[in-house]
Amino acid sequence: MTKKLLEVNDLKINFKTYAGVVQAVRGVSFELYEGETLAIVGESGSGKSVTSNAIMKLIPQPPGVYAGGQIVLEGRDLIPLSEKEMSKVRGNDIAMIFQDPMTALNPTMRVGRQITEVILKHKKISSSEAKDRALKLLELVGIPMPEKRFRQYPHEFSGGMRQRVVIAIALAADPKLLIADEPTTALDVTIQAQILELMKDIQKKSKTSIIFITHDLGVVANVADRVAVMYAGQIVEYGTVNDIFYNPKHPYTWGLLGSMPDLKNNVKEELRTIPGSPPDLIHPPQGDAFAPRNEFAMAIDYEMEPPMFQVSETHYAKTWLLHPDAPKIPIPEEIARRIEGYLKEEQDDGK
Amino acid sequence: MLRYIFKRLIYILIALFIIVSATFFLMKLAPGSPFASERDFPAEIEAQLNAKYGLDNPWYIQYKDYLVDTISFDFGESMKYKGRSTNDIISESFPISLTLGIEAMILSIGLGVLLGVIAALYHNRWPDYLATTIAVLGISVPSFILAGLMQYFLAYKLGMFPVSGWKGFNYSILPALAIAITHAGFIAKLIRSSMLEQGNSDYVKMARAKGLGKWTTVFRHTLRNALLPVVTYLGPLTAGVVTGSFIVEQIFAIPGLGRHFVTSITNRDYTVIMGTTVFYSIILLFAVLIVDILYSVIDPRIKLKGAKK
Repeated sequence: MTKKLLEVNDLKINFKTYAGVVQAVRGVSFELYEGETLAIVGESGSGKSVTSNAIMKLIPQPPGVYAGGQIVLEGRDLIPLSEKEMSKVRGNDIAMIFQDPMTALNPTMRVGRQITEVILKHKKISSSEAKDRALKLLELVGIPMPEKRFRQYPHEFSGGMRQRVVIAIALAADPKLLIADEPTTALDVTIQAQILELMKDIQKKSKTSIIFITHDLGVVANVADRVAVMYAGQIVEYGTVNDIFYNPKHPYTWGLLGSMPDLKNNVKEELRTIPGSPPDLIHPPQGDAFAPRNEFAMAIDYEMEPPMFQVSETHYAKTWLLHPDAPKIPIPEEIARRIEGYLKEEQDDGK
Repeated sequence: MLRYIFKRLIYILIALFIIVSATFFLMKLAPGSPFASERDFPAEIEAQLNAKYGLDNPWYIQYKDYLVDTISFDFGESMKYKGRSTNDIISESFPISLTLGIEAMILSIGLGVLLGVIAALYHNRWPDYLATTIAVLGISVPSFILAGLMQYFLAYKLGMFPVSGWKGFNYSILPALAIAITHAGFIAKLIRSSMLEQGNSDYVKMARAKGLGKWTTVFRHTLRNALLPVVTYLGPLTAGVVTGSFIVEQIFAIPGLGRHFVTSITNRDYTVIMGTTVFYSIILLFAVLIVDILYSVIDPRIKLKGAKK
């Protein structure tokens, strides 16, 4: 049995704004084991980036407020830690890969120094040893001629190369947890695939756990072990990749899967969307936040928030449809067709 | 890099030529002569004086003479102060202006950066409001009013500094402050806004995510990028410090070059006008060149045109 690395319990993050208190994260809980990849998916504004920043305690306070919950890393709650204690965790235990490699590197500092900076901060080694390590890292992330690249500035790198540098920086102090906040969104598709391969490769070698924030379900299927679907600051469905892709239970997950173009079944259909827009989190709706956009919403959805129903040992979903008294609603046909497609593909691949 | 500097030097020469010519013709257009303010001369004496200084020649001969003098850096004897050459006047008074100018530059950059960083770090809290208020006051209160106020309160009432004169370091503090505060206010505003802008950028967040402390992040990452607009401002700052010193030198009775620059014009002291103008122009043109070179040193993305990598 692998070791539990991170446990987030009922995390709540608020932002104080002039318009009122925005409840960006409303009670998120999940666990992460060593060497595992958790993907957090959801549309913009669902609180996935806030959650990831919250784990590193990078939420600016004010306006951000930790309104409750725990972030337990290897048995230690991070929330009460001081800035000084936290700076020993950041970069060292938890590292982050940012979305846009074009802006994540300091334009006026040589790339090498941006890497050695982390090593020197967290490891007790000399600067020449740090340099050796940085060169090895550059080689590891697939940057040719590391000696020469070491002395160059970020503007002399292409987007994909810069993201490799960002990954090298994240790996510099051997973190136990890597948070990747949409690391491939700003890259073009071929580079995306390379970066994903690189991350999987690194994970295999170093047993790092990864939290992967994305809104691209294709990427999720490619990298994740577990998936958490977020909506309006809450996790609405949580399970293994197979649970989420082959046996989705929440209507929102159906909607997400349905809005991916179905390329396998060769059926002519319009691109599907989820109607409406996410709720205002200053005044979160009573009951299920997804109810107004849910074609299967029941009366109770507008009255009471559903609890997390357990579907299987690994699979949870937050919808009243799973209540024993709820009418049995079959998965919509289009979604079922997609799932069949996935299953068929898997069989063909012989996975 | 050398090629770039060489090219810029040629531009400086062209600019100087235009400045010298413009000054010469403006000087000629202005009515009056160096000898107009004195007692009425008999016509023969005035003619003799004109002949002595070459003022009886046609304008193109005079123009040629001036150009030759300028190229050889020999501006000749002052027409007003008998027996003193322009070069002497400059070499006597310039070191004083230079000291004052450098002090003012250091003060304005130091104060400005300090205020700006404090304001940005304590964004929308009381240190920010305090620093911003000081900056706005500094920008809006003219230096001569500030000079007078400081003379009255700090020097006369409290006796902390001498009121005027130039006999040592103590004497330079108030005038340097008077010149510096306007620019310090401006720099503080620039630093504040660019620090805030940089503070929101990803690489600063990345630096925090690396586990760097608040101050390490500011000094190693944010400040250097936030300094770029300030470097741009250094050119005009040099000009401002130089010209600002005219009035301030007058108020504090400092025997600097600024005084000569102004009085020479009212005196129609042609040789001194020419000398001081050329001198100031050279300083300013080189200041701008140095700023441009500095810019590429601070920001590696800026490659000087014509410069080799």
